[in-house]
Amino acid sequence: MEYQVLWFILWGLLWAVYFMLDGFDFGTGMLQRVLSRSNTEKRIIINTIGPVWDGNEVWLITAGGATFAAFPTAYALMFSYLYSPLLIILFALIIRGVAFEFRGKGGSDAWERALDAAIFFGSFIPSLLFGVAFGNIFQGLPMDGSGYHGTLLSLLNPYGILTGALFVLLFLEHGALWLALKTDGELAQRAELLSGRIWAVLLFVAVLFLVHTAFATKLYANYLNAPFWFIVPLAGVASLGAVRIFSTFRNYGSAFIASCITIIMIVFTGIIGLYPNLIPSSIDPEHNVTIFNASSGIYTLKIMTAVVLLFVPVVIAYQIWIYRIFRSRVTPQDIEDNREAY
Amino acid sequence: MDVVTLSRLQFAVTSMFHFIFVPLTLGLSLLIAYMETRYVSTGDIVWLRMTKFWGKLFLINFTLGIVTGITLEFQFGMNWAEYSRYVGDIFGAPLAIEATVAFFLESSFIGLWVFGWNKVSKKVHALSIWLVAFATNLSGLWILLANGWMQHPVGYVIRNGRAEMVDFTAMLTNPYGLLKFFHTIFSGYVVAAFFVMGVSAWHLLRKTNQDLFRRSFRLAASFGLASSLLVFLVGDFHAAEVAKTQPTKFAAMESVWETRAAAPYHLLLIPDVENERNSVEAFSVPKMLSFLASHSGDAVVRGLKDFPKADRPPVLPVLAGFRGMAALGMLFMLLTLIAFILSRKGRVEPGPLFLRIMLYSLPLPYIAAQLGWIVAEVGRQPWIVYGVLRTSDAVSRSVSISQVAASLAGFTLLYGLLAIVDIYLLFKFSRKSPDEDTGSIVRTARQEV
Repeated sequence: MEYQVLWFILWGLLWAVYFMLDGFDFGTGMLQRVLSRSNTEKRIIINTIGPVWDGNEVWLITAGGATFAAFPTAYALMFSYLYSPLLIILFALIIRGVAFEFRGKGGSDAWERALDAAIFFGSFIPSLLFGVAFGNIFQGLPMDGSGYHGTLLSLLNPYGILTGALFVLLFLEHGALWLALKTDGELAQRAELLSGRIWAVLLFVAVLFLVHTAFATKLYANYLNAPFWFIVPLAGVASLGAVRIFSTFRNYGSAFIASCITIIMIVFTGIIGLYPNLIPSSIDPEHNVTIFNASSGIYTLKIMTAVVLLFVPVVIAYQIWIYRIFRSRVTPQDIEDNREAY
Repeated sequence: MDVVTLSRLQFAVTSMFHFIFVPLTLGLSLLIAYMETRYVSTGDIVWLRMTKFWGKLFLINFTLGIVTGITLEFQFGMNWAEYSRYVGDIFGAPLAIEATVAFFLESSFIGLWVFGWNKVSKKVHALSIWLVAFATNLSGLWILLANGWMQHPVGYVIRNGRAEMVDFTAMLTNPYGLLKFFHTIFSGYVVAAFFVMGVSAWHLLRKTNQDLFRRSFRLAASFGLASSLLVFLVGDFHAAEVAKTQPTKFAAMESVWETRAAAPYHLLLIPDVENERNSVEAFSVPKMLSFLASHSGDAVVRGLKDFPKADRPPVLPVLAGFRGMAALGMLFMLLTLIAFILSRKGRVEPGPLFLRIMLYSLPLPYIAAQLGWIVAEVGRQPWIVYGVLRTSDAVSRSVSISQVAASLAGFTLLYGLLAIVDIYLLFKFSRKSPDEDTGSIVRTARQEV
């Protein structure tokens, strides 16, 4: 396989894993206020992701870094063309991280209420805007030889907003399942109930997205050339169905894993359709940014491949180990016992 | 103001703000790892209370370091797209490697450390803070190798209209990057030592928790003395490396205009930039500057007039930054030496006057670190990659003045707010008495003892 193709797959995988992991952090952050009935419950909710959100966010840094190292031109164009949405995402992520850490340290109700709002918006805004950004990349950005012709408002086109809504719903469902799995008693029941409601809306929006993709983007061209790949969007829909089935049997562990697969498959539905582009141009195909005209040299790609193959499995191993250590449900007793809890 | 100036200003604001938190993380993680190890090996509760007390302050600081770090990676693409496109082939690699080998380790194990007190054995728990400390320092290595490449580019060729990597090992062993790495981490250790000594001094002056804070002070004093000596020693070699590879920066650091052999060092010096000379040069030490530049008193030091005006960095901030940093560095050696002597077991205790000095010296290493970065980055101008790419050619072409002005305003506002919250929380928690009851972990520990 050519190194560019390998790195295209890795690039897609890094983003997909990032959305799969930080996705439930975002969902949990968005649901904190809706699901809680007391301050203890609020604390329980953020403490379910307390030990892991930081490690999850590093997948974003790595996805960004890998884009930089493997496809510098794509990195330069994507980040400078999408300047405003990325800036807003950045501010939101900063506020979210600080809010988690400082919420319990201020010592007043007003402080906690303010930081709960920060957690909500710090989770909602990136979910929405990552969706908007990827929706627009799927569609292609208005760029040609003279540069970029879009604005923040032109990104908010129907397909961009639809993809944003899809991301928000995917993460809400993901977060609700996570909380059903990680909390106890009434709180867990509320999460279970809500996950069922979100699921219905998510299914509708997901199908709408897959249909609208046929009209708003050229993503399906690759699928029509090689229908085998239709297995990916189908697997996305099937795993979304599995979420429902597992939920009915109250097997929330499996439902959560199915939700992970849904996110990966939906991201890859877009990635496969993009190939060999990283950012298509919506106005001039001559100026598509492809994995071949945007990549680093083979020497660099070889070194990066060695680094990734050597170290990413180690990362996955210790992250799984840490997830296993924190596998039990978070109870009021837990946050009572640990003074360092959020 | 143009896009280049605003983008530079934004990078300065965001990276200098980020670097308020990084140095303390570098050093304090090691000190806490040491404290917890002593607790695990001796079972002495005071070490555990120290771990918890300093750990709380560490976490407040750590969080801000993490969240403000993302900005820097994003900014290369957002504001410096031409730079990213031109050098990404070689510059992107260390950043991606940093995330993969170091940042993951740091961010994953900090979670285990904070939330894992009752979930893993004491040894595994102590191991997790060692991994955080190791990863933080490893992270610094990759970032400074990347920065070292911008200062002294190696292992690349210009091909296909950009810089392409041809020798990865050359980048890894770039003396500039390695010297800068050691200089930076040791300066971080000095920051941590002064932080611990300063906060301990406050408590010792109030005569609360004497045992805990005397122990903290003593530990930080020896750590600080070793680090102050090392940062100065490495700094000396680093300066010689700068003289060799970045003659314009070195000339600006010492305001040297004329090239000459056996150059003297002027203790007092006032530059007259307009007329390309120094209006005052006094208290000179013969041959000293040549010695600093190449460790030989007769060596030639190149002056700024040797270089076209367009290739020279601004002299004043580089000169002032360097002198300020070096003077503070010498002060740190003196203060940590006194602290070390006074705090040795069985000797005279540090008196209230010295404690007060150490309390008010707390911000000084932070200032020295910032000054060092001003020397490094302003001194590199007008280049973004020394001798290869000019800063003015590196900025994003598609980003407008209003976008950068808005983002700069946004960063200033948000970071200003974060600074207030950070300072408030650090004050609040550093004045608190260390927990008597450090949660259930102490209860279990007491049962074991």
